[in-house]
Formats: sequence, C-alpha cells, structure tokens
Amino acid sequence: MHKKSFLILALVALLTLTLGAPAGAQGVTELNIWWAEWDPANYLQQIGNDYEAATGIKVNVVQTPWGGYFDRVATEWAAQGTAFDMVVGDSQWLGQAITEGHYVDMTEFLTSTGIKDTVTPATLTYYGEYPSGSGSYYAYPTEGDANGWAYRKDLFENPDNMAAFEAEFGYPLAIPQTWEQLRDIAKFFTRPDEGLYGIGVYTQIDYDGITMGFQNPFFAYGGDWYDAEFNALGVVDTPETVAALELYKELYSYAPPGTNNAFFAEMNDVFVNGQAAMIMNYFAFFPALANSEINPFAESTGYFSMPAGPSGERYAALGGQGISINAYIDDVRKQASFDFITWFATQEVQASWAALGGYTCNIAVLESPEFLAVAPFNAAFAETMTFVKDFSNIPEFGQLLAVVQQYLHAYVVGGEGTAEEAMTSIAEGMDEILVEAGYVG
Amino acid sequence: MSQVNAQRGLSSRQETAPPTGRRQLSDMRIVQLFILPTIILLILMNIFPLIYSLFLSFTNYSVISSDPPVWVGLDNYTHILSDPDFWHNFATTGTYALLSVSLQTIVGFALAMLLRSKFAGSGIITTLVLVPMMLSPIVVAVFWRLIFNPSYGILNPILGFTDINTSPEWLGDPALALWAIVIVDVWQWSPFVMLLCLAGLSAIPEYLYEAAAIDRASVWFQFRRITLPQVMPLLLIAVLFRTIEAFKQFDLVQGLTFGGPGDATETVSVELYRLAFQGQFETGLSSALAYIVLVVIVAISNLYIRALNRLREG
Repeated sequence: MHKKSFLILALVALLTLTLGAPAGAQGVTELNIWWAEWDPANYLQQIGNDYEAATGIKVNVVQTPWGGYFDRVATEWAAQGTAFDMVVGDSQWLGQAITEGHYVDMTEFLTSTGIKDTVTPATLTYYGEYPSGSGSYYAYPTEGDANGWAYRKDLFENPDNMAAFEAEFGYPLAIPQTWEQLRDIAKFFTRPDEGLYGIGVYTQIDYDGITMGFQNPFFAYGGDWYDAEFNALGVVDTPETVAALELYKELYSYAPPGTNNAFFAEMNDVFVNGQAAMIMNYFAFFPALANSEINPFAESTGYFSMPAGPSGERYAALGGQGISINAYIDDVRKQASFDFITWFATQEVQASWAALGGYTCNIAVLESPEFLAVAPFNAAFAETMTFVKDFSNIPEFGQLLAVVQQYLHAYVVGGEGTAEEAMTSIAEGMDEILVEAGYVG
Repeated sequence: MSQVNAQRGLSSRQETAPPTGRRQLSDMRIVQLFILPTIILLILMNIFPLIYSLFLSFTNYSVISSDPPVWVGLDNYTHILSDPDFWHNFATTGTYALLSVSLQTIVGFALAMLLRSKFAGSGIITTLVLVPMMLSPIVVAVFWRLIFNPSYGILNPILGFTDINTSPEWLGDPALALWAIVIVDVWQWSPFVMLLCLAGLSAIPEYLYEAAAIDRASVWFQFRRITLPQVMPLLLIAVLFRTIEAFKQFDLVQGLTFGGPGDATETVSVELYRLAFQGQFETGLSSALAYIVLVVIVAISNLYIRALNRLREG
C-alpha cells in the first residue's frame, strides 16, 4: 500500500515538474517563428539550428505559402493565439498588428540594447516603426529587400551597341543614372525582329505588383501616397507624378509582349529566356539570376540600383520583413524571444545570415568587404537599402492598394484614359478611404 | 435428426433474439437515426454558415479583427447598390454570362447534331470532345495563358497574325480580354451542353422522323417541329446550369486576367474575393455582396425553371 502511494506521489511530482517546467524562467525549450515559405525562411532555420547548438533552445521556423501567409497570421491574431512566439511580418501589417495589440512594443528593448543603431535607419523606420516618425518600434529588420535592376552586360558592353547608342542619344551607353536614361536604353534595346525587348517592369494586377513597380519612379519624381495629415488630394496627383506614370507606361511599351500581368517570377523568366535587356525585381529573386544552371546569361548579368528622378532623388520600393514578438505569449516566452533577437542581431550572426543568403539590414555587415564580394548583386543591394521607401502601413492599406492597382493597371496595361485621369482617380479613391476611416477630418 | 436440428434452430433463434428495449425501435426511428448525422452535418456545414453570413451581411465586421461585428442594418447593401464600381462588375458578369452561355449553347448543340449519328470512331471522338470539361479550370487557365501569349503562344499564328508588332494582345487589351475568357469557357464547357443535347437527341423516337418523311416534311421543318421541341427541356437544363456557373465565374478570370486590364474583366466573384480577402478582409460587406449574387442567381434560375415547366406542360 505504501509502495503504491509512493509511486503515485512520484508520478504526480514527475508530471508537475514536466508540465510546470515551461512556466519557469529557464524552462523555454522551443521557440516557434512563423514566416512565408521561401529560401530566406530556410536560411533562418539554419540560423535557428546554430542558436539551438549555442543555447539548447530549439528554433522551429514554420513556413506557410505566400498566398495564405497573411490569412494564417491574421486568423491567429484574431484568436489571440500563441501558436507562434515570433513572426516575420510584412511592413504593411504593422498598422493593423499594432493598433489591435498583436505585437510587443520593442522600443525599450531595441534602444537599451543598442540594436536600434546597428541597422540602416530606413529599414528600422519601414519594418519596425509605427506610426511613422513616432519613435516606437515593434519589429527588428530581418530580411531587407527592395527593388533593383538586373541587366545584360554583354549587350551593354557590345562595341556596336555602344557606338549606335551614343550616336542616337548623344551620351555613352552605361548603367542609367536617371529614369530618362533608363527609358532611352529600354527604347534602344527594343528590337522585336530579334526577339529582344528593352525592359521588364512589374504589371501584376492581382495584389501589389504594379504598384510596387510604379513606386520607384513615383517616389523619385517627388510623389507620395499622402502627406503628414493623410491628404492624398494634391499629393498623389501632381504634374510630377503624372510625368512618372507616363514614363512608366512608356517603359511598359518596351517590355516583351505578354508581360501584361507580370511580377517577380515573370521578370526572371523574360530575362533568363533572353527576351529582356534589363528587368526590375526584388533583390531576393536575384540569386536565381546569378546561378548559371538557371540563367544562361549568369556570367554576363550585372545589377544596379534605382536611377534618380528629375531632382536627383532616388527611391526603391521596399520589400522584406521584420521579426516581431507575439503579444499573447507569456512573459517567459517573451523574454526568450527577446534573447533570441538579441543573439540574432549580433554582427557575427548577421554576417552568417548574410553568408547564407539572407539580406541583412546590419550596417556593419552591409559595408563589409566580405558581404559586398560574396554575391554580384550585394553592392547594389547595400546601396539600395539606404534609400528605400514603402507603401502605406496603416490598417486600411489593403483598400488603398486595391484603388491604386486598379487605376494603374487600367492606364499602363489597358491604355484607358490619360495619366492625369489615372492619378486623379487614385487620389480621389484614396481620399475617400482615408476620410471614411477618420484620418482626414 | 431433422426434428432435433429444427428444435435446435428454434432455440438458437430464441437465444439470439434482441432484448425487449431494442425491439421497440420502429422503422421510422431507424430511418431517423440514419438521417440524423447527415442532418447535423448539413446544419453545421451549410445552414449555419448561410444564416451566420446573412447576419454578418448586416454588420461591419472583419474576420481578422478582434473586434466583434457591429450592426449597421442595410448600410452594406445600400453601399453596394449605390456604388458604380459594383454595377460595372455586375454589367461585366452579365455580358460575360450572355456571350458565354449563348455561344456554348450554339456550339454544344451543333456538336451534338454532328455526333448524333453513329459512324466509325464516333465513340472516341465523343470522348475526346468531352475531355476539356474534365480538366481543372485553373489548369485550363494556365495553359490558355500560354496559348494567348503574343510572344510564343500558338493562337496568333493560327489566326494569321505572324507579325509580333501587330499581333493582338488578348489578355492585355481591354477590348479583347473578356472575349478571351469567353473563348476559353466555351472551349471548356460546350461539351457539357453537347452531352445533355445528345441525351435528348437519342431519346427522340425514330418513327416521328419516318412519319414526317412520309409527309414530305423538309429537313428544316423536321428540325424545327421535332428535334428542337424534343431536345428543348434538356437544353434548358444545360443553359440553366451554365448560366448559374457563369454568374459565379471566378477561377478562369483569376487564372487568365485577374480581372484586368484595370477592371475590364472584373466579375462580381472576383470583386467578392478581393473584398473578402487580399488585404481587405471586409467580411460584412463581402457577405452582403454574396447575398446579392445569390438573389440574382435564384431569380434567373426561377425564370428558367418556369420556362422549363411551361415546356413540360405545353
């Protein structure tokens, strides 16, 4: 009888210890990070394996296909769930996540640890800060990304092409410094009889493709989606932004036929199959172009960052994500998440992250000769990350995006109306949403 | 021996007889017990979501928000019905349905007439003609996107457009994009109309044609007074199904044009998808739009069913 009681007591004690363990300060044995299904998430898993080797805490990077990623995270937010400790989320999510209390405020953590100063200011602003300019941060910039350009060096450096270009346009054929030069080069290389076209630009209507592509000249020409008081009228529809849209439409006229709904996959496709002399794309998709098994022009593929607008300003549409901590996990797991980010943000780990193929936002790593030399597009990437700019991140961003997408696509691809009408319609549509949401009085 | 066996059999039946409680289960009760799981599943999977989405259509609610639904009465319906963009979506859907269903009816009926008489290989040809409707719409959309591609697609050269500079860009031209979707839909679903028409044609008694021939009725007269009236009920059913599907058209549009260029091919279902998902998550508004679509489909179906009943009675 005594023996039986002892066994039961021992079992109860064992169960209590086992179940109670996570509640202890030292008890976190696993951390779950949610991210979309793509190569950088695999790199993060490898970094997580290093963390497990160093601390004994297992890191699981749970991947969801891009198409359903936001839906899955949003559903977990609505349920105030704890299925993930950290999430690598898009910059546009910040508004909703923060106004509804889904993310932990990381301002004190990022400031007191000095991590805030280790990343490029633009990435901290767009991946982590909400509201803009508030100095409140909710994410550590993890995967920096933005639009850049890939081009065919063999075409650009061909003596016949160089001579012909200079004869036609009056200046040497080289990497374009302005959007007008980019247009000239695109026009020059558009030779349908040879199956060659000057350029590939984003035109996808489905989600945010054409908006992301257009933002590059739009910002460089002095445009913005709204001002500090959320006024879209008179900000979106200026003569400069109209000129930017006309230029983007002209660029599209030099694109391979059939790219009327093209995004990152189609850009790489037209480049790899030799249809385009240069393409815009997110840097995250350039590794494929550097691979000679995928790109027959890999050896002669060069990369450059966004050209300047009329006033010399340069902007690149932002991609990428920052890592945030789930507000609904307990304090112990929050602390364990902070510990992971502290370790992840160290220069040594960021260098490993970059070496694996992750796009670090760490200033020291971005400037290091090792990083600049490890991939042919890294120099352009490092330069680009100093002048990135994002679309809106307020909770209504989805509605705003839908308006912009529709009118841009109708004008650029469908040829409906004029650039001025398109920009006016966008401004009015955005204004209606911003007024209805209470941003504009 | 047999008597012993018989007694054993009797006693065995008595031993295995069910207990009194179970014997009270009536046939009706057994039927109910079998139906109950289906009823519960139907209520959970169909009836509840239907009623809940009706409730949501009167609220301001986002499924990804932690805020509960806020009752707004008829605001969502008023907003939809007073928004010119939604009317544009309805007009696009209506135009698409009209073009698509009309052409499918003509092509499907013509195919049925051609394949009506038996000839060598008619079975294989009929089976091959049916293949498109067995394919997934999204797969169909993907390979038709390649066919339509002005750079390397095969359609333009087949149509005689060999100069890439003047070739039509089917999916990028607002004047052609809707037609491109109609062409694909007709290609995929005409066989369905053909199948139903074939069933109708094979049921027409041969003696009707023999009697007409004796009366020296022309082929056109036979077609108009025998073939068409006999096939009409099944043809109307085919048209009814295809109209309902056309009003719900989503996957082909999403796979071919995503509603573009601009909103040139944006059907109601595509707009509904964008409202309900894609960063907007306007659950209340999208529920209201879904109910409006449902009402339109029910109304059109009713018209067809009345026409069908009139045909049967007449």
